[in-house]
Amino acid sequence: MLGRFRAMLGTTAVRLSALYLALFAICAVVLVFYVTAISEGLLRSQTETAIHSELREISRIYQVRGMAGLVRAIERRSRQPGANLYIIAAPQGQIIAGNVASLQPGVLDEEGWSSIPFVYQRYGDAEEGEEAHRAMARIVALPNGMRLLVGRDVGEPEKFRGLVRHALAMALAIMFVGALAIWFFVGRRALRRIDHMSDASRKILAGDLSQRLPEGGSGDEFDRMSRSLNTLLGRIERLNEGLRQVSDNIAHDLKTPLTRMRNRAEAALASAEDAEGYRQALEETIAESDQLIRTFNALLMISRVEAGSSVAEMGQVDLSGLAADTAELYEPVAEEAGVALVQEVTPGIMVKGNRELLAQALANMIDNAVKYAGDGADSRIVVRLEKEGGRALLSVSDNGPGIPEDRRDDVVKRFVRLDESRSKPGTGLGLSLVQAVADLHGGALELTDADAGDAERQGLRATLDLPGGAGK
Amino acid sequence: MTNNAPNMTAGSGGTATAAQACEGGGNAAKTDAMKILIIEDDLETASYLLKAFREAGMTVDHASDGDSGFFLASENDYDVLVVDRMLPKRDGLSILSELRGSGDDTPALILSALGQVDDRVTGLRAGGDDYLSKPYAFSELLARVEILGRRKSAREADTQYRVGDLELDRLSHEVRRAGKVIPLQPREYRLLEYLMKNAGQVVTRTMLLEYVWDYHFDPQTNVIDVHISRLRSKIEKDFDAPLLRTVRGAGYMMKAGD
Repeated sequence: MLGRFRAMLGTTAVRLSALYLALFAICAVVLVFYVTAISEGLLRSQTETAIHSELREISRIYQVRGMAGLVRAIERRSRQPGANLYIIAAPQGQIIAGNVASLQPGVLDEEGWSSIPFVYQRYGDAEEGEEAHRAMARIVALPNGMRLLVGRDVGEPEKFRGLVRHALAMALAIMFVGALAIWFFVGRRALRRIDHMSDASRKILAGDLSQRLPEGGSGDEFDRMSRSLNTLLGRIERLNEGLRQVSDNIAHDLKTPLTRMRNRAEAALASAEDAEGYRQALEETIAESDQLIRTFNALLMISRVEAGSSVAEMGQVDLSGLAADTAELYEPVAEEAGVALVQEVTPGIMVKGNRELLAQALANMIDNAVKYAGDGADSRIVVRLEKEGGRALLSVSDNGPGIPEDRRDDVVKRFVRLDESRSKPGTGLGLSLVQAVADLHGGALELTDADAGDAERQGLRATLDLPGGAGK
Repeated sequence: MTNNAPNMTAGSGGTATAAQACEGGGNAAKTDAMKILIIEDDLETASYLLKAFREAGMTVDHASDGDSGFFLASENDYDVLVVDRMLPKRDGLSILSELRGSGDDTPALILSALGQVDDRVTGLRAGGDDYLSKPYAFSELLARVEILGRRKSAREADTQYRVGDLELDRLSHEVRRAGKVIPLQPREYRLLEYLMKNAGQVVTRTMLLEYVWDYHFDPQTNVIDVHISRLRSKIEKDFDAPLLRTVRGAGYMMKAGD
């Protein structure tokens, strides 16, 4: 329990609320002190004004009626309920008239405002105990050497101030206890969520990339964080899976040509009799290594494209022009292979993307179609580009044997070639690249039947579905 | 191929590339040896390149790091710079941008082990004139260097190209052989224009794909060969003398027979 509490004290939520609480408390204290100081100042100046005007009245009475009139007036005023404080004192300090029984010594010595509130005692107070009052007063020396004091009790405002400060202390105490309770519950909840998350991430760290962070479903900050971390994990898992697949495939698929190359060189060394024999062996070796380089380049390209958009500059691409150019580039090759290449390209379709990669993807699709279009007399390939909704559909269909439905997911994987004998040239990476390019552009690669109308020759349609097929 | 250029270094018994290199270097129009600088830190690659370029009849200097490469390039007058992208002390792109900044526009080819996609774009932006990613065939590199080296004196301004009795008019886009007009598709015209502009030089398949289609990827199949054979059948069908030759292991070359 103590450990949990200590852990909770360390959480950001608790630290933040402690900070807020401290700030709030400081503000409250400052505010209260400010208000009391202001009101005190106001009261003080009111008191001063009252005392001042009373003094003026009294001095007029003194001027008109002399000392006796003054004493009478003071006596009268003293008896009024809630009266101010009045003293007439002899030059030596004895109190002659007024409503004050005793006084802090020395108060009457100085003329003008008593700079600090002083302590006094009224008549009749003695019976109720020795409670002294505080007051503010002005002292005037009369022409005959007598001294006159007019003052007012300041006990009330001081009591008020005490009350306010007490209330403040109480409020702060309640606030502190309340905050502690809220921290405890909020912090514990947050802590539990975070504990779950760190448990899950520990498992992921241990190598189980299929683990995901828990999502509460409330859509709060924790859920949002979990969700983006989960997306990140998904991506890492896919990349990791891709990497594993590639290294497996490299081991599998590159060993064969390397071995073949080595054997060829060895055989040439052992048996070639003349320069022509060596030459031929060397040329074959170069051709073989070119093919290997090609495979490596394709692999590299795929992994770079898969790594994300940071590697490829995106711009507006005239997809129609690109489709026509690429189809035209391949048209003679198709013709030589006995396949008619037909273009059905809607003009003026633009997409946001990388021209080079889109061209290569389409080239791979056409290349694939040329290879597998079959060798019937009516073999044909259709390169079609059309707009559908907000998307551009770039498809290449053939009327060859097609691909059985259950194998279609496989052919986009690296090095997968359905043609077991591997009689056709190729790296087995063509459609993997198309898939990667589709992903990079936020699109998809779909493989469907081309519906060539012949059960024997279903044909294959590869469609690159790209977002944003805007018109020109 | 019966090409016997006078300034050809005897590369007898050489490999396919060396033999081809001789053909590439054997251009009669060439009066003095091309002078190139190779900035490459891998010594094995560098010594192979030095040997091969010298066999092709070029004068070659070599620098093995970025600083000395920059020094040599700015002190001497080369026809072509071959710059590896990743170098010790200073990378190839910064050498190029500084040279360009100081007004030096010696044609430069960037060699890079970095892969594809946009590396070539950044390379060309930094001031490279051409870009080749490793691994490459030497024949490809040689063909590109030779074309870069001739760029200054290139027939860019010419309005007419002529190889043997074949004429190409760049204003009217008309092609004639022995006075007879040969109708060509626009793409075939572009192919022929590039080949004739670089007549006597080896032009590789990738160079054609780059120039005519502006694609920089490897088309896997022999797409260019088929286009060339179509073009060839049009310009050579009714004539005896071959003009568009295949250079084995490298590419194509326009050359009047001798």
